[in-house]
Amino acid sequence: MNSAAKITAANLSRRTLKDKLFKGLVLFLSLITISPIVLIIYKLVEKGYRQISLDFIIKTPPNTFEAMTALSNGELIPGGIANGITGTLLMVVLASVIAIPVGVITGIYLYENPGKPLANLTRNISDILQGVPSIVLGLIAYMWIVKPITSGFSALAGSVSLSIMMLPMIVRSTEETLKMIPQSIKEAAVALGVPYYKVILRVLIPTGFSGLLTGILLGISRILGETAPLMLTALGSSVINLDITKPTSAVPLLIWEFYNDPNMVDLIWSSSLLLMGMVLTLNLVSKRIAARTK
Amino acid sequence: MKEDSVNIKDPVLSIRNLSVAYDKGNYAVKDVSADIKRNSVTAIMGPSGCGKSTMLRAINRMHELYENIETKGSLILNGKDITDMPTIQLRRMAGMVFQRPNPFPTLSIYDNVIAGYKLNGIRLKKKERDEVVERSLRDVTLWDEVKDTLHKKGTFLSGGQQQRLCIARALAFDPEVILLDEPTSALDPVATSKIEDLLVKLKENYSILMVTHNMSQAARISDYSMFMYLGELVEYGKTKDMFTNPKDRRTEEYLTGKFG
Repeated sequence: MNSAAKITAANLSRRTLKDKLFKGLVLFLSLITISPIVLIIYKLVEKGYRQISLDFIIKTPPNTFEAMTALSNGELIPGGIANGITGTLLMVVLASVIAIPVGVITGIYLYENPGKPLANLTRNISDILQGVPSIVLGLIAYMWIVKPITSGFSALAGSVSLSIMMLPMIVRSTEETLKMIPQSIKEAAVALGVPYYKVILRVLIPTGFSGLLTGILLGISRILGETAPLMLTALGSSVINLDITKPTSAVPLLIWEFYNDPNMVDLIWSSSLLLMGMVLTLNLVSKRIAARTK
Repeated sequence: MKEDSVNIKDPVLSIRNLSVAYDKGNYAVKDVSADIKRNSVTAIMGPSGCGKSTMLRAINRMHELYENIETKGSLILNGKDITDMPTIQLRRMAGMVFQRPNPFPTLSIYDNVIAGYKLNGIRLKKKERDEVVERSLRDVTLWDEVKDTLHKKGTFLSGGQQQRLCIARALAFDPEVILLDEPTSALDPVATSKIEDLLVKLKENYSILMVTHNMSQAARISDYSMFMYLGELVEYGKTKDMFTNPKDRRTEEYLTGKFG
């Protein structure tokens, strides 16, 4: 029997209907997926934009009493979160300084020795590390740094816990990026007599640079908002601190502190807006870099 | 000394009892001996998997990039054993051009030509650099096409231009021998004929050893031809003789299209 003969008019309209239903369902589910981010940004802007000003970036937070006075007079809460911004920058930079070289070198090792037992072990452990709860990383940094080295809460301890969080992302993105570079580029360099370490440093890394950068930026955007490990390591500070051996504030830590103070609640929204803005910007920048090189 | 295909006077390259195995005991090239004549184009022909690329890559010790590849026998380039040379010296003397054009994507046309100097950290004065770039690009007849865009990325060029750029990159080192591994198989006919004309011109100053699976290409431009089959060197001689009067039955069958 000829199967084409089976497609009758009724059959066809049923197919069209099914097709439409399915398209509708996909659209609906897509909308559900993007709605949280839209709602979050809407809420943050709505509640937080009034507090955002130059003062918000260059001043430290008010004490409860100042905030209460401002609130009862119907004014905006004075002060800002400069201690959190500087603390976050300090710890992110330090964490990057620790994690980027280690991560990139490990990634190169995995790329160069794909089948070796040590490489497989490293790759698996790095994957497991990605799943370790961040508070546990905070505990580890507490044991390694807070107790024995800085004898107290410190930015260094915070950075170490954050760097461990970044590490697996950088390792993976380095390995994946290098894998995408055609073997022929590597051979071209080898055929010119370039020593192997220079092939890696001067050919492979520059060729895959945007991929590496994307991984690093995504890693940074991941740790920007981390709170739990910092509670056990950096603790927080009411003043701007740039000494890595001293307790230091961070934007997410401040959000947590504001949450615990009924007079400061308004600052939660503006701080979150700022943090969200930083994370989004980094994400968009890394997406742009990744897209430009494909 | 009687001259034949294995023994010629003052060869640029002597291959003696060369065997290459990708895994132990499994030879892709079996006991090949041949001398390569200076200032001529020598083509290596044969069906896929006959070991022609493997042999070519043994000449500049490309196999050292990978583990487990075993190379036996000796290769004498310009009177010196290649295993005694530092890799940088060997690869300056034996430039290589690959199947697909592979300019460095991060480098400009200019920097691609002098990549061998740049990446090895060999310093040249600006004037010398400019000279090397111009000479190499003129040699591959690319100069007039790119002289105004030298600082654009090499990957902006067309496939044929990229391949000529890669040949220029090899020429910049002023090599003794240029090894080409099916250099036109990824190119269109017009680009192919440009490369072929170029190779014929280049043999005035360089010795050229080229792998090709295109018999008519070998017939068009080569002076000497090798026919390899299953890792063995079946026949080697003047291209004209081999195409008109092949000595081995397998060569004849390959050339008449019975297999391959």
